[in-house]
Amino acid sequence: MVIADTLPFAWNLLADIQQLFHYHFMQNAFLAGTSVAFAAGIIGYFMVLRAQSFAGHSLANVGFAGATGAVLFGIPPVVGLFLAGLLAAIGIQSLNIASRQSRQNDVAVGAVLTASLALGFLFVHLSPAQNATSVYTVLFGNVLGISDTDVMVTLWSTLLLTVILVVIARPLFFASIDPDVAMVRGVPVRLLSFTFLVLLALEVAIAVQIVGVLLIFALLVTPAAIAQDVTTRPTVAVCVTVVLALLFTWSGLTAGYVFPYPVGFFITTFAFGTYVLVHGGRSAREYVARRQPVSYSRSRAGETQ
Amino acid sequence: MIYDSSPTTVSSVARAALAPVVQVENAAVALGGRTIWQNVSLTVQAGEFLAILGPNGAGKSTLLKTILGLIPLTTGNISVLGHPTRRGNSAIGYVPQRRHFEADVRVRGRSIVRLGLDGGNWGLPLPFLQSSREAARRVQEVIELVGAAAYADRPIGELSGGEQQRLLIAQALVTRPQILALDEPLDSLDLRNQQGVAAVIRQISRELGAAVLLVAHDVNPILTAVDRVVYVAQGQVEVGTPHEVITTETLSRLYNTPIEVLHASDGRIIVIGQTEEEVGYRGHR
Repeated sequence: MVIADTLPFAWNLLADIQQLFHYHFMQNAFLAGTSVAFAAGIIGYFMVLRAQSFAGHSLANVGFAGATGAVLFGIPPVVGLFLAGLLAAIGIQSLNIASRQSRQNDVAVGAVLTASLALGFLFVHLSPAQNATSVYTVLFGNVLGISDTDVMVTLWSTLLLTVILVVIARPLFFASIDPDVAMVRGVPVRLLSFTFLVLLALEVAIAVQIVGVLLIFALLVTPAAIAQDVTTRPTVAVCVTVVLALLFTWSGLTAGYVFPYPVGFFITTFAFGTYVLVHGGRSAREYVARRQPVSYSRSRAGETQ
Repeated sequence: MIYDSSPTTVSSVARAALAPVVQVENAAVALGGRTIWQNVSLTVQAGEFLAILGPNGAGKSTLLKTILGLIPLTTGNISVLGHPTRRGNSAIGYVPQRRHFEADVRVRGRSIVRLGLDGGNWGLPLPFLQSSREAARRVQEVIELVGAAAYADRPIGELSGGEQQRLLIAQALVTRPQILALDEPLDSLDLRNQQGVAAVIRQISRELGAAVLLVAHDVNPILTAVDRVVYVAQGQVEVGTPHEVITTETLSRLYNTPIEVLHASDGRIIVIGQTEEEVGYRGHR
């Protein structure tokens, strides 16, 4: 209660919400944050399901070169991010087709990732000194400084992403979990794989504005990983992932407004904390279940049937 | 591949009932310039149980995949239910060769079975519709048919190889196919699970009247169920009942090297004389 005096919030929910949305930059932050988190939830579930977290990480890092290059050449960073991501998606896809061994893919993707980071470093070096702060923004995001144009770009991109994902959801799920059978059943597995990478590149491009290329996993991976600990039903898991991504973003934005620390830090920390609690809880439960005498677990199984 | 594009209108239904479910005529396949096998002719009748046998790398899976329309023939043609074979035919249920789902795949088995029914459809199903309830009922039906009801809602990555295999067979069955194509479904299972899964396949082929094409490394677990065997070796194929094909004479001719076939007192067939990589039949492991 002592802390409350120093905070901008009173303990009155309605007044607090009014105050939170009083400033235009906060309205923009919530609009962009909500749409990015929504799409990140859906696409993140598929990314974790397809075990393509490393590909997502690479797309984000390639985005660093894209964004810094965009600043250097005077085009909007979102465009630079998406173009770089698109090139990387084409690269990853052709690597996937060329070598069927995922171990080699990892090495090749890693090499491309490092090369693009070096390219980004060069772009930063070539940029005028007054653009140096943009590097910080690209790495860690700057949701509170997002422009009206970027908000509109984010909203439309999210709408596009969601529509496409709803249309391809089932075949994509099939192709992700069981590509051999999906191919036999006439599912265009390779086309879906490439489409997914392009969608991921688009989501990364818009999400970088909120959490930056380094913290992007807080929205793409962590909510999906938590959801898969909680449920094994695909539809429920996607819903849980989206809800978690929204909750982390909203609470992160609110905390970033109240406390003088970065929003990206709060979003990532809330996501990580929840992951540790849920995943640790599941591991502990499984450990206890294994240690239990057989007769007890049998009798319990009998009760539930 | 030669596709018959002439319209099949009036007689297609009647022909499907009379004609064999699979007809392979004078087929040959080459992969990467190497001929895998040639001069293969084969007819499969409705409800028949065929085992495709042979050493590793002889082209057993290739034969199954050409029937599924996944690999094109270099010569000859294949028709399935009176039509040229094509990919995506829901009249064929397919269980590919695989090891396991990774332990971290946290998707329940029931959802994976459901993919067999409408996993290829675009858009999302509306859960409150009649068709969706009917789909859920059919999924439950095949899950019970393969005896997987007890673990169908557990994450598939945590299930044993035998349990996963039953669910994948259920997935292949959910469209009520007339042909069930299984690529080494008993491989990587322990002996008890081999017998269990073999019994399920046998029971299904009888109850549903579906023709079964089963690629196997070892004929013994399915010996009592098999009507005919297709033996693939050295680019040639021999078709007949197990007692016609798995003989000292036929296998020696196929391999072009002395092979001895022994019959154990419990009915198992033991083949002796192949090189280490080409051990076609194994007894207890």
